[in-house]
Amino acid sequence: MTAVWLVLLIPLAGIGVMALIGHLRAAGWVNVALSAVSFAVSVWLALIVYADGPLLSPSRMLYIDAFNVYLVTLTAFVGLTTAIFSRPYMQHEVETRQIGKGRMRLYHSMYQGFMFAMQAALTTNNVGILWVAMEGATLATVLLVSLYRTPEAVEAAWKYFVLCGVGIAQALFGTVLLFFAAEREVPTRDDALLWNVLYDSAAHLEPTVLTLAFVFLLVGYGTKVGLVPLHNWLPDAHSEGPTPMSAILSGLLLNVALYALVRVKMIVDGALQSGLAGYLMMGFGLLSFMVAGLFLHRQRDIKRMFSYSSIEHMGLMTFAFGIGGPIATFGALLHMTVHSLTKSAIFVTVGHAAQIAGTQSIEKIRGLIRTQPTVGWGLLIGTVAIAGFPPFGVFTSEFLVLIATMKSWPWLTVPLLVGLAIAFAGLFRHIHPMVYGDPPEGQVPVRANMLPVMIQLGFVLWLGIAVPVFLSKWFEQATVLISGSSPL
Amino acid sequence: MEFTQLSLYDQAILLLAAIVLFTSFIMLAQPRIVPLIHAFAWQGVWLAVTTALVAYVTDHPHLYISAGMTLALKALLIPWMLHRLAVRLNIHRDIEAVRYPSMTLLAGASLVVFSYYVAIPIVQLSELVTRNAIAISIAVILLGMLLMITRKKAISQVIGFMSIENGLFFSAMVSTFGMPMVVELGVAFDVLVAAVLFGVFFFQMRESIDSLDVDRLNRLREVDE
Repeated sequence: MTAVWLVLLIPLAGIGVMALIGHLRAAGWVNVALSAVSFAVSVWLALIVYADGPLLSPSRMLYIDAFNVYLVTLTAFVGLTTAIFSRPYMQHEVETRQIGKGRMRLYHSMYQGFMFAMQAALTTNNVGILWVAMEGATLATVLLVSLYRTPEAVEAAWKYFVLCGVGIAQALFGTVLLFFAAEREVPTRDDALLWNVLYDSAAHLEPTVLTLAFVFLLVGYGTKVGLVPLHNWLPDAHSEGPTPMSAILSGLLLNVALYALVRVKMIVDGALQSGLAGYLMMGFGLLSFMVAGLFLHRQRDIKRMFSYSSIEHMGLMTFAFGIGGPIATFGALLHMTVHSLTKSAIFVTVGHAAQIAGTQSIEKIRGLIRTQPTVGWGLLIGTVAIAGFPPFGVFTSEFLVLIATMKSWPWLTVPLLVGLAIAFAGLFRHIHPMVYGDPPEGQVPVRANMLPVMIQLGFVLWLGIAVPVFLSKWFEQATVLISGSSPL
Repeated sequence: MEFTQLSLYDQAILLLAAIVLFTSFIMLAQPRIVPLIHAFAWQGVWLAVTTALVAYVTDHPHLYISAGMTLALKALLIPWMLHRLAVRLNIHRDIEAVRYPSMTLLAGASLVVFSYYVAIPIVQLSELVTRNAIAISIAVILLGMLLMITRKKAISQVIGFMSIENGLFFSAMVSTFGMPMVVELGVAFDVLVAAVLFGVFFFQMRESIDSLDVDRLNRLREVDE
């Protein structure tokens, strides 16, 4: 149990510690150190769960099983690599954009605050606290999106705040309805929002109320996942905020929102005994996937473009979780992992590319491979990976999702394949000139640490060639939890 | 059931719930900033009174705590903060043109009818004395959203946002006598943090676009011509 508490307490303490450190260089290093310790603890936690199975804390406030423990580890890992990237990157930003010391204190403190909110959302056993933590994650990041104080940044942050706030209010109403349905079935009132209690008594819950609750929860958490048509905040927040924020928003926040949705779906499926929740998720997912793929073509801002790619992939995962069944669920879990790793690596590279060119405009970024080969190659390989080329992990997971679709909804494979092709074309028509070609005058290499990118892309490659045994066992356990049977 | 067949307490709860809904309509029609904040504060007051009455009638002592929290946070602290911000930003005398006022109110009325429709399955299941107020609580949520949509000033949108939170609290109270205390405290904390953040935002917004008109936030769009 100690490990779980440490996973939460380290970033919680980090909020205070980072708020006190005014020295910029030191703050960057302390942020890395805190994230490293969090990661180490999360690995320890993962090993415990791997050996002993699901954990429920004595107070029943925290619950860890195969599904959330790998997300806890993934969150801590991406948090660490992004912290490593953010140190030199933010120093460069401070030098070029005149950001004061106070704002950097805020930045680091809220970085840890965001990590705390995410881990709290992942580890809590209480569906209500899950909501509180999700809203907390929004509040922690909203001031970071407006860090540069340009009119665009303020606009993006306002949209993010209002849209996500209103969206997630619907999720709270859904949670109230869930509580309403559960209260009459569960002996003690205070237990009626505990996830494991809800899951066990799911079959007795009133189906009509749960259907209503699920619709509200889908809209609410779907806003956070970035599902079309509730996605408007996402490209703005990603493009105007500092790049490390984009990396953790895309790599982590969207995952955690989807995690919340899947947990709720598990309860609703138990009560409804029909595929309604799954159909809704499939519809929303497929719509997001297609629309985002089309929007990829029209982008002029490199960060905006990749945020649309995030919407596309989140749509695919929502679709896959919606199909349900062991293979689709396994594919979705794998896709969650590889997408997080690849997308945060891409945003790190994009951040450096934008610093080299001094702009985020796709038309003005040219010839990266000549100016700074590591960044150019990083961007190219990252895009190849995210577009779903073999032998990268994204290919494997997309292939699994396609197989599952072929089995249960054969005619849906057509739009899926078309969508993949559209997205692929959209990415490459923009990436090609940015990477190759002659660099314009005045492009100079920046201080960049590409090590985290290499490690992450290395992992994605590894997952594409062979999923390591411990990880596949893990995914299988999670698949059994979610869909009720094993994929193989 | 006929209204007169209900016990006097039930009637009182329904009356108070109706007053809460009425404050939502006042907000919807109020073009001036300071009275808008006052209407919001009154909504908090009536919400707290309703909660306290329910606590007394149904003998749920924990609801007194919720009532106290609502009174402190929604009726006093947040309106006071908003009022102070309005004075400091010198917008407290502003009048905001409500476009199509009668249409807005009509839309509000239809939302109330719609809420009664949505609430049917929930009300049928409930045996609580407060079940007749469930539809009203949903209406408060929807009216808060309508307020956010129809207004262009950032501060009015914030009041809409907070009013949605009022509706959510109200719905939790009347459908289940409140969520578990941990959750309620967490939600209250989030609301408070959100209110503080909104304040910070107003200053950032004025600094960057020199106005609190959300209409001026229009630089980000899909494709620039």
